[in-house]
Amino acid sequence: MKYLAFATGMMAATAAVAETPVLTVYTYDSFVSDWGPGPAVEAAFEETCGCDLKLVGAGDGAALLARLKLEGARSDADVVLGLDTSLTGAAAATGLFAPHGQTVTTDVPNPFGEAGSWDDANFLPYDWGYFAFVYDTTKLENAPASFEELAASDVKIVIQDPRSSTPGLGLLLWVKEQYGDGAAAMWEGLADNVVTVTKGWSEAYGLFLEGEADMVLSYTTSPAYHIIAEEDQSKAAAAFPSHYMQIEVAGKLAGTDQPELADQFLSFMVSDGFQSIIPTTNWMYPAFTPAAGVPDAFAAPIAPEQARLIATDKVQAIRDEALAEWLGALSQ
Amino acid sequence: MAGRAVAVRRWPGIGAAALVAALVLGTLLAVALRAEAGRGLGPSDWAAIRFTLVQSVLSAAISVALAIPVARALSRRRFFGRRVLITLLGAPFILPVIVAVLGLLAVFGRSGILNEALRWLGLPEVQVYGLHGVVLAHVFFNLPLATRLILQGWQQVPAERFRLAAQLGFGPREMWRVIEAPMLLRVVPPAAAVIFAICLSSFAVALTLGGGPKATTVELAIYQAFRFDFDLGRAALLSCVQLVLVGIAALVALKLSGNESFGAGLDRAVRRWDSAGLGRISLDSAVIALAVLFLLLPMSLVVIDGVLGIAKMPAQVWKAAGVSVVVSLGSTALMLAFALPIAIAAAGKSSWLEAIGLFGIASSPLVIGTGLFIVIYPIADPFDFAFPVTALVNAIMALPFALRILVGPTRDVVQGYGRLSLSLGLTGRQWLRIVYLPRMRAPLGFACGLTAALSMGDLGVIALFADPETATLPLQMYRLMGSYRMEAASGAALLLLVLSFGLFWLFDRGGRGHADS
Repeated sequence: MKYLAFATGMMAATAAVAETPVLTVYTYDSFVSDWGPGPAVEAAFEETCGCDLKLVGAGDGAALLARLKLEGARSDADVVLGLDTSLTGAAAATGLFAPHGQTVTTDVPNPFGEAGSWDDANFLPYDWGYFAFVYDTTKLENAPASFEELAASDVKIVIQDPRSSTPGLGLLLWVKEQYGDGAAAMWEGLADNVVTVTKGWSEAYGLFLEGEADMVLSYTTSPAYHIIAEEDQSKAAAAFPSHYMQIEVAGKLAGTDQPELADQFLSFMVSDGFQSIIPTTNWMYPAFTPAAGVPDAFAAPIAPEQARLIATDKVQAIRDEALAEWLGALSQ
Repeated sequence: MAGRAVAVRRWPGIGAAALVAALVLGTLLAVALRAEAGRGLGPSDWAAIRFTLVQSVLSAAISVALAIPVARALSRRRFFGRRVLITLLGAPFILPVIVAVLGLLAVFGRSGILNEALRWLGLPEVQVYGLHGVVLAHVFFNLPLATRLILQGWQQVPAERFRLAAQLGFGPREMWRVIEAPMLLRVVPPAAAVIFAICLSSFAVALTLGGGPKATTVELAIYQAFRFDFDLGRAALLSCVQLVLVGIAALVALKLSGNESFGAGLDRAVRRWDSAGLGRISLDSAVIALAVLFLLLPMSLVVIDGVLGIAKMPAQVWKAAGVSVVVSLGSTALMLAFALPIAIAAAGKSSWLEAIGLFGIASSPLVIGTGLFIVIYPIADPFDFAFPVTALVNAIMALPFALRILVGPTRDVVQGYGRLSLSLGLTGRQWLRIVYLPRMRAPLGFACGLTAALSMGDLGVIALFADPETATLPLQMYRLMGSYRMEAASGAALLLLVLSFGLFWLFDRGGRGHADS
């Protein structure tokens, strides 16, 4: 009888679990790890939603989009979190996303329109950062303050391949946006500064920490990690006249079977509950500064007017041309 | 040819090879069928194919060329710690790529030990990045494997041959002409083909040490087609190119290497009468010392780095380690299920079967993983299959190494004992139990150890299938690196090294038992 009671209890419990709606969110790998924002975000959202938030990690932003394209309209995903503004054009073109229907005022710098306005109908931002070259202040004095100074110097940098890495693509677009037709010449000038090109951010940052290069392409927020998590003040981001932005966004899928929950999640995402988790777990600026503010280590080295970005609908065409120039200049 | 006297059937081997081919080609087809109109192969793809070919040929040739003297020295010398050393030399091969690259750069990089020493001596620095860097890294990875494979060739020469050679008063030249050269001809071409196949699908190593996009390999072009252009057709096409190249390499290797074995011996302990003389002793010692320095210096730097990080590892890492051990034992079992029947069939008339095994390592993990995803997705949730799929793909990837280890000794057993077995009426399972398996302990142990270790360290396809709860140790290590936690990642890398190496050691050691080989 005891076993029967136990079995009945188990079945009841399973039934209860089955009734809890599940919201599936596809995101990148580092979001879901123990030390990323995932666990805290999951706990905070599940407190109020009466649901089970299932975070699924799939490589990085570009792998995430490829994954969605493979799965198509049948995808189990309700929300995709972790695309950036160089991917949203291609993502919207798949027709897999539904409008979020929200009007928000964001703290992300807006190089195109009024400060605070956000006009992407499909995607909402959750964090952002500036690409920048990070260096060790104890080893490199007089860090170059522009691409021209960098090209003229013998400072060695390690960068990521734009074909396999998001920051690598960011740098490609940064140079292209800033120099236009002169981008190829700029890359030729930079070619002798590039120690090597890596598959992804981790390899490049690892090489930099091992002392293989004086600077590494990363984010202006990278030093904040070293200051806060390691109490190491030696890393700094070189301030250039302008910096290319990466804005990370999330969107609801048109084929979702949980549209209300998905909307609820997106609203939660732009609220303090989510935004206050971001800085010290994802090491980016929150898109909506929480009431408590951000840690001092996050002080942006540049003013919002210096932010650069290529409009999402133009990225596709520009990146192919920029890639050809990059390959030509660095393959010699 | 003596291959006819086989006491076992060939069809299980042919069936297993067909399964492997179906998996590799089927996933490729799945990707190709899913493709929308793409742009085909462009000039940059052809440049990638050329570079891939050049670096793979160079890496394979130099790896085996350097492995011959090392294996020869190890086969001629008996010294304290020799067996430990032979096992330790296998370590670079089983390390995750990125860890090995960081270790290598700690020695050869801009601020590595070598350049520090040159600076101190007032000499010009050496630049590691370039084609030579790519080859250096691939030799670092593959020299141990080549050495083991060639050493195995020496070990297969029956003790009686050396005894006879000594009685006949063979000098080094006769020794080379009558025993060593024919043995090497049999062992070296297939070993080179396996290494060529591994280097063919290299990507992160080639790019990082190649110093930039001129070191673009086919695998990187596949990656680009997949995630930058989402041109699945081109990804499949490029993967076909990899398979064709490896097919050609396998054909060349088969053509070059003879099938004849040295015949059976009486399993006497090998004694070498040709190893005396101060010149030979010092030459062998120098060769061994250089190999140890080249292979173990970067490894020890990885270990030192890792010790500091162990304490900073989050709990997830330990869980992932458990997952990895289970997956790796699973792939070892799967590998045996494929490799044993193929090796037995390939030892007879169907030596071309071994070539099928090479397809597994040459094909892009990204294409196999994506193909499996496309196949599984309509029927089931791919996440539910993360472990079996990873174990299967890792087993297929390890298959060529396992076959290379198993086919030679299997051929010796089949050719040396086939007739006797048949006349005694020993066939099928009985033959396996009484004749085959006991004689195959050492190569089986080595093959299992290598598979287990490779499967531990390989990122494989798990990255395409994993959800947060089902990460393997290499994936967890990459995630740590991806979020600035480089020290914890070094700790995880050390744990990975210890576990892979432990598994390798257990199998390899268990296989060799008490035999002094």
